Amino acid sequence: MNQPEARTDRYIGKRQARSEDLRLLTGRGVYTDDVSLPGMLQVAFHRSPVARGLIRSIDTSAARELPGVFAVLTAQDLERYQPNMLSFFLAPPVVPVPLLAVDRVCYVGDPVAMVIAQDRYIAEDAAGLITVEYEEEAPVVTLDDARQGPLVHPGTESNVAAATGADELDPDLEELLNSAPHLEVIEMKHQRISQSPMEPRGVVAAPQGSGEMTVYLSCQGPQLAARWFSQAFDLPQTTFRVISKDVGGSFGLKGQPWREETAVVAAALILGRPLKWIEDRLENLTSANQAREQDMKLRVAFDLEGNLIASHADYGINNGAYPHGADSNIAVMMFLWAAHKLPAFNFSAKGWFSNTVGLGAYRGPWALESLAREVLLDRAARKLKIDPIELRRKTLITRADQPTMTPMGLALEDISPAECLEELLKKVDVAAFRIEQAEARKQGRYLGLGFATYIEPTAGTAGVIVLISESCHIRIEPTGKVSAVVSTHSQGHGTQTTMAQVIAERLGVPFEDVTVYEDDSSRGGYGSGAYGSRQAVAGGGACIRAADLMADKIRAIAAHVFEARPEDVFIRGGKVHILGAREQVYSLRDIADVAYAEPERLPEGMEAGLETQYRYCPPALTLTSAAHACVVEVDVDTGFVRILRWVSSEDVGNMINPAVVEGQVAGGLAQAIGQVLFEEVSYDARGNPTAVTYKDYMLPTIFDVPVFEYLHGASAPSQTEGGFRGVGEGGCIVGPPTLVNAIADALAPFGELKLEFPLTPPRLLELIEGRPMGRRHG
Amino acid sequence: MSKHQIHLDINGRAHDASVEGRLTLCDFLRGDAGYTGVHVGCEHGVCGACTVMLDGLAVRSCLMLAVQADGCSVTTVEGLCSGDGALHPVQQTLREEHGLQCGFCTPGVVMTLAALTQGEQKPSSETLINAMSGHICRCTGYQGIRRAALRLAGEALAPVEDHG
Repeated sequence: MNQPEARTDRYIGKRQARSEDLRLLTGRGVYTDDVSLPGMLQVAFHRSPVARGLIRSIDTSAARELPGVFAVLTAQDLERYQPNMLSFFLAPPVVPVPLLAVDRVCYVGDPVAMVIAQDRYIAEDAAGLITVEYEEEAPVVTLDDARQGPLVHPGTESNVAAATGADELDPDLEELLNSAPHLEVIEMKHQRISQSPMEPRGVVAAPQGSGEMTVYLSCQGPQLAARWFSQAFDLPQTTFRVISKDVGGSFGLKGQPWREETAVVAAALILGRPLKWIEDRLENLTSANQAREQDMKLRVAFDLEGNLIASHADYGINNGAYPHGADSNIAVMMFLWAAHKLPAFNFSAKGWFSNTVGLGAYRGPWALESLAREVLLDRAARKLKIDPIELRRKTLITRADQPTMTPMGLALEDISPAECLEELLKKVDVAAFRIEQAEARKQGRYLGLGFATYIEPTAGTAGVIVLISESCHIRIEPTGKVSAVVSTHSQGHGTQTTMAQVIAERLGVPFEDVTVYEDDSSRGGYGSGAYGSRQAVAGGGACIRAADLMADKIRAIAAHVFEARPEDVFIRGGKVHILGAREQVYSLRDIADVAYAEPERLPEGMEAGLETQYRYCPPALTLTSAAHACVVEVDVDTGFVRILRWVSSEDVGNMINPAVVEGQVAGGLAQAIGQVLFEEVSYDARGNPTAVTYKDYMLPTIFDVPVFEYLHGASAPSQTEGGFRGVGEGGCIVGPPTLVNAIADALAPFGELKLEFPLTPPRLLELIEGRPMGRRHG
Repeated sequence: MSKHQIHLDINGRAHDASVEGRLTLCDFLRGDAGYTGVHVGCEHGVCGACTVMLDGLAVRSCLMLAVQADGCSVTTVEGLCSGDGALHPVQQTLREEHGLQCGFCTPGVVMTLAALTQGEQKPSSETLINAMSGHICRCTGYQGIRRAALRLAGEALAPVEDHG
């Protein structure tokens, strides 16, 4: 007789078609705006048209008189609730964050009043009838303004929202830098980015008679959001239940509720009616927290062979008025040199308040480290006349160099950017490209080839209270079907598919028999949802362990009931097989019937039913590595950049679903292309946003994004259960330097790029033509 | 606000409604008629998520008023599946090519591709990809959408290699 394999249902590693797609392709998804409840009213905000000023008076009488208006609320009306506007890490804010402006407005778009009406049209009409008198003051807009200007929040000591590192320069480090054979210095200014999920923010808050506050929310994880509301409001009598079925992208923006969502919840508590607020695109581009506005001066000392001697970084990030968490972005410093052999490093990093909308997270919030380092390495290579690939081979930590410790105390065991680079070079023929490039230049065509390597922290847990573990609860229902409640959450990640792949394979059941639920905080245990590229690692590990516990339980029951040895029991294709002289086959329903209905037949002491649960704590940090290359052509007449080829070589560990992994990489790379070439949240000198539609805030289209090639050959399993690594953010981290280096290579005959982003055609033409081309804005 | 009587066909069913002159077609389709598969992404005609078919042509329902659709025949993404629930070829191809992640832009992508491939039309891949430039997808980098467009134009794709 043939021994059946323990697992013949292989799903891990397969390009499984996604279960989510059936509803999403047919218009049957349920996004927050698709929820309608009896008695539900609609909310619109009246927002400040000035960036900084005092509120002298608010007149809401005309708005209140409009038929269909239910209520008009200002800060005074919400006073009963003073939620503690916690950061994502559940830390209290460093300055009080009001739900609606109190006496003072701090940015254009600052919500001053909210109208509650029978429909959104009437609510917006009424919001337009509110009259507010302001005493306008000169605003603090840019990082330079913040360093020199008046206090954004009067009563604070300075505009510094957060600081890390040392203000004083270390004389020993300065000596190393200044006496080195080669000192490379770059200064870069990175523009502000709107995360721009295609579904803006939204909330439906529905108070229930039982004391439950049901919140339908566009978010990154209902468990974390429910915990956030509960801790922020601190209302022992109220239970916050967050439901989040389908979410149209987030990219960091919806990681925590913020002022508008919280104001809607507070208003629903006060009015006792279900309220809906759906952010429109104008609001999303002007009033949803934004990201990435930073500057950095990076100094790096080299010896003449290209070895690193020392480095110093001076860094600033615009926190706006009310950041999701005051932040000096320490992760930039942690990962700047984490993968390189660098003996000495120091830095100063500050987050600055300004009269702009607050700082939020965006895919790879610390990504500037890779952009600064990789661009600087290429620039140093050109000056030292060393091949940029040789320079990386010399400076990168290889697998053979590990375990080791980074300058910031991070333990490295299995990073592989150097190995990813070697794998990449098998597919990218640099020598052939250089010949092609030289030929093209003779015809006035400027081609460039850029490389970048990086490592990405994924599924980090160390010391971050909200991120420690993820949970999976599996039930074999009395019907024999498999239900799993997992603390993951998808805003496009496809975790209902990938978690089901893991469970189906480990349990030995068909993929179609597994349903994953992750949309309701009341259904399962705490988890952070999509944050820090953690779901495959932490959620996948939880699913493996819970499924293995279930398989053990089923085997124990079958062996006991059908008088077999546990080692002769196998589950495959959703059936329980018992080996013996005559193979017996039972359905999972047969086992469930015993477990639920005839507990007296179970092994001595076994709990009735078929339910298992596991809360998995992955290692402190799982690192993903990659090397990317891209080829561009820059039109020196127009300054337009055309991307001709892009190859990604990644160490992503074991893949659950390669199509999902590549989808994450591709999405991040598209965002990287937007960041380098097009996207910019801009302000005029008075703090007025000047990119308020998708005609001004330019997202990449299908014409701007090339076909990506993926190499997974350098992949090695991680130390986690399942050997997975996270891939959520990487494209958006390694993408920008790859593209910038390609453009810099193409335009090297004209000199070095000015590192002000985005690299618009006028900015590139300034380098190409050697003269100012006028400003893009104003 | 004045009300207007409109009569239109949505996904093969007749609808009579009394609507305000300013009500957009997308808000009417979502709120009054209940077709929430019509997604509102920008309300200024750039993102394409709200695209529906109006008398067989792909249009942006955020740039039209409901009253302008009086007497017209509208198809939303909900109306594409056949009676037995089988996916439309455009939907099936997008699914096989992993052409979506969050799914918010997807109904618009589906409707434009469906409008351009309906009946006897044999659009080139260039036509389909040009049309896709009117749709913003923030998740996928357009990789699967491009592959689906090529396949819908009848072009063969290189097989996917798995190195993992």
